[in-house]
Amino acid sequence: MAVETTDDRVRNTSFVFWSSSKYRTKFYEVLVLGLLFASLYWIINNVVTNLNRLGIRTGFGFLKQEAGFDIGQTLVTYNEASSYGSAVLVALLNTVLMSLLAIVFATIIGFVVGVSRLSSNWLLSRAATAYVEIFRNMPLLLQIFFWYFAVLRALPVPRQSIAFFDTIYINNRGIYAPSPVFEPGFGIVIAALVMALGVAIALRRWARVRQSRTGQPFPVLVTSLIIIIGLLLVSAAVAGFPLSWQVPALKGFNYTGGFSVIPELVAMVVALSIYHASFVAEIVRGGVLSVRRGQVEAARAMGLRPGQIMREVIVPQALRVIIPPLSNQYLNLAKSSALAAAIAYPDLMHVLGGAVLAQTGQPIEVMTIVMGTYLAISLLIALFMNWYNRRSSLVER
Amino acid sequence: MAFVASRPEPTLPAPVAAAGVLGWLRQNLFSSPINTLVTIIVLYAIYRIVDPLISWAFINAVWTGTSADACPDGHGACWAFVRARFRQIVYGDYPLDQLWRINVLYAIFAGGLVALMYPRTPGRKWVGLFMLTGFPVVAFLLLVGGVFGLRFVGTNNWGGLMLTLVVAVTAIVGSIPLGLILALGRRSEMKAIRSVSTAFIELWRGVPLIAVLFMASALFPLFTPEGVNFDKLVRTLLAFAIFSSAFMAEVFRGGLQAIPRGQYEAAKSLGIGYWKMMGYVILPQAIRHVIPALVNTCIGIFKETTLVLVIGLTDLLGVIQLGLSDTDWIGGGHIYASGYLFAGLAFWAFTFGMSRYSIHLERHSVSGKNQALQTL
Repeated sequence: MAVETTDDRVRNTSFVFWSSSKYRTKFYEVLVLGLLFASLYWIINNVVTNLNRLGIRTGFGFLKQEAGFDIGQTLVTYNEASSYGSAVLVALLNTVLMSLLAIVFATIIGFVVGVSRLSSNWLLSRAATAYVEIFRNMPLLLQIFFWYFAVLRALPVPRQSIAFFDTIYINNRGIYAPSPVFEPGFGIVIAALVMALGVAIALRRWARVRQSRTGQPFPVLVTSLIIIIGLLLVSAAVAGFPLSWQVPALKGFNYTGGFSVIPELVAMVVALSIYHASFVAEIVRGGVLSVRRGQVEAARAMGLRPGQIMREVIVPQALRVIIPPLSNQYLNLAKSSALAAAIAYPDLMHVLGGAVLAQTGQPIEVMTIVMGTYLAISLLIALFMNWYNRRSSLVER
Repeated sequence: MAFVASRPEPTLPAPVAAAGVLGWLRQNLFSSPINTLVTIIVLYAIYRIVDPLISWAFINAVWTGTSADACPDGHGACWAFVRARFRQIVYGDYPLDQLWRINVLYAIFAGGLVALMYPRTPGRKWVGLFMLTGFPVVAFLLLVGGVFGLRFVGTNNWGGLMLTLVVAVTAIVGSIPLGLILALGRRSEMKAIRSVSTAFIELWRGVPLIAVLFMASALFPLFTPEGVNFDKLVRTLLAFAIFSSAFMAEVFRGGLQAIPRGQYEAAKSLGIGYWKMMGYVILPQAIRHVIPALVNTCIGIFKETTLVLVIGLTDLLGVIQLGLSDTDWIGGGHIYASGYLFAGLAFWAFTFGMSRYSIHLERHSVSGKNQALQTL
C-alpha cells in the first residue's frame, strides 16, 4: 500500500512541473505580470484612441503658455500674463503654506490636548477627551464648511469690520493686519540676530559637553533668550529702530495695505489643525503612556524635579513611540489639504483641476501633475520623518 | 490587670476630607494650588462655551418655518431649515410613493447590525452571511428597481443618508477582500507579485481621495473603449473601494506581521498548502489582532464619504449644502451653522457608535473569549 502511494506521487511529479514550487511561483509571477501589462496596455491604448478621436492635444507644452487667469493668493509674483507653469508653482506653494501652517498648529494643539488627557485633574482630562471625541468623529469636509460658510463668510462686511486695537481688522473678506516695513539699517538687526543665534547654539553645545563631563547643568534656554533679546534690542537701538508698521486702512470697499489673509486659508488652517490635532492628541497620549511607570519612579527616586522628569525622562522616550504615527498623520494632513478645492482656496487641486484643466482641456497631463505632486509631497514628508525618526531613535544605546 | 482585646477594633471610617464626594473633589480637582487654578479656568471655559451654545441651540432657536424669513436673527439656531429639508436628508430625491423601499432597507440594515452586535443572537453566523451576501443583492434590487414590478429609480434621485450609507457600505465591504489580497500579495515570497502589490498600495496611499474621485468622475470615459461607460455613482463606488483597499491592505499587513514565524513554519511542516495555511492558521490570528485598526479604517471611510459631494453627488452633507444654497434659505451664518451642526451630529452618532463598539470588542478579545473573531 505504502509503496503504491509513493509510486503514484513519483509518477505525478515526473511529468507535471506544477509540483515544483520553483516553477509554480515563476508561473504565477509571469501570469500576474502578464495580466498587469495587458491591462495597462489596454488602458493606454484606450486613452490614446480616445484622445485621437476627441482631437485632444497631448504633451506638456502648455506649461509654457500664458495662463490668462488670476489667482486669489500668490506667494510669488504672478499675474494673468504668467505661464501655466508658474500657475502650478503658485498653487503648489499655496498647498505647502496651508499644510505647513496646519501641521504646526495641529502639533501644538495636539500635544496640549494629549497631555491634558493624562492630567490628574479630572475636569481637564474630561474636557480634553471631549475635544478628541467631538472633532475626531466628524468628517473633515463638514468642519471645513462650518468654519468657512458658517463662521468666516458670516462675518460683517468690510465697513463694519471687527477691529482689534484699531490695527487688526477682521471681516468677511479676510483678516487684515499691519505689515512690517524694513527701513535702511535693518541689516544691522538681522546681523545681530544671526550672531545671537550662533552664540546660543555654541552655548548649548558647550553646556552639553560640560554636563556630560562634570554633571553640572547650565540654564541654556534662559541665557540664550536673554542674549538673543538683549542683542536684538541693543542693535535696534543703535540703528535707531529701523522698523515701522504699515497699518491697513479702509479704502473704497475693502482694506488695503498691510498684511492680509484670505478667509479660505484661515478656514482651511483652522479646520485642518483642529481636526488633525485630535489625532495628534491620541498619538501623544499613546506615546506618553508607553513610557513605563518605573522610569518615572526611578527618576523621582533620583531626586529629579517634575519638570526635569518630563524633559529628560518621559519626552525622549515617548518621542520615539510618537514619531512614526505622527509622520503618518502629517502625511494624511498634507493629502487632506486637497479638500481646499471644495471652498475654492487656490491650492493645487483647485487651480489645476479647475482653471488649468478647463482652459487647456488636457486632463491626462493635468491629473498626472496633480497626482505626481501629491506623491512627491508624501514622499518628501516620509523621507524627512524617517530621517528624524532615525536621529531620535539613536538616543538608545 | 492588663486589658486584653477579645476581638479586633472596628475600623474607623476614612476622614471626611478623603472619602465620599468631598474626598473625590479634593483628590481630582483641588489637590494643589495649580490644580485648583486649572479647575477654575476649565470651569470658566466650559461655562463660556456651553452657556451660549444652549441658548443658541435651544432657547433662542426657531423650530418652525418654511424659509429663511422664519429665522432672521443669528442669536438662535434655525432648526426650521433642518425640518424643512428632513425628507431629503433621509431619503434624497427618491420618489415620494417609493420611500417604503428605503424604509425596508433601513429596517433590515438596523436589524442586521443589532443582531450581529448582540453576541447571543441565535444563528448569528447566518445573519452575518446574509448581511455580507444577500443584503447587498436585496438592497440593489430594492433601490434600483426595474424588476418584480418595482419602478426603476435612477441614481440621480439617490441622496441623503441613504446615499451616504450606500457609499460607505460598498466601500467597506468591497475594500476588505481586495485589501486582504493586496496585503497577502505584499507579504508574498514572489518578487513580482510583491512589488506589484507594494506599488499599487503606495500609489493609492500617496494621493488624495478627492483627486481620485475627480478622476473617476471626469476622466473615466477616457480609460474605457468608446461607448462603454458606467453610471457616475458606480464609478465613484469603484474608485472608493479601490482607494480604501490600499488602506485596508496596510491594516491587514500589520496583523500579518504580528504573527510569529513559528506559526507559518509549523503550518508548512504539517504539509498544509498556502491557502489553507492562511485561511485556517494565519488569518484568523492576524485579523483578531487588527480589529481596532480595521474599525478605525471603517470610521475613516465613513467620514470620507462626504467627499462625493465635491463631484456632484448629494450625500447627507451634499443635501444640506444644496439646501443652504436654495434661494429660500439664503440667510446668515446661523442657518449654515444649524445645517452643519445637524449633519455633524448625524455623522458623529455613527462614527462614535463604531468606535465604542470597537473598544468593546477589544476588551472582550483581550479577555480571551475570542469574541472578536466570532463577529467576523
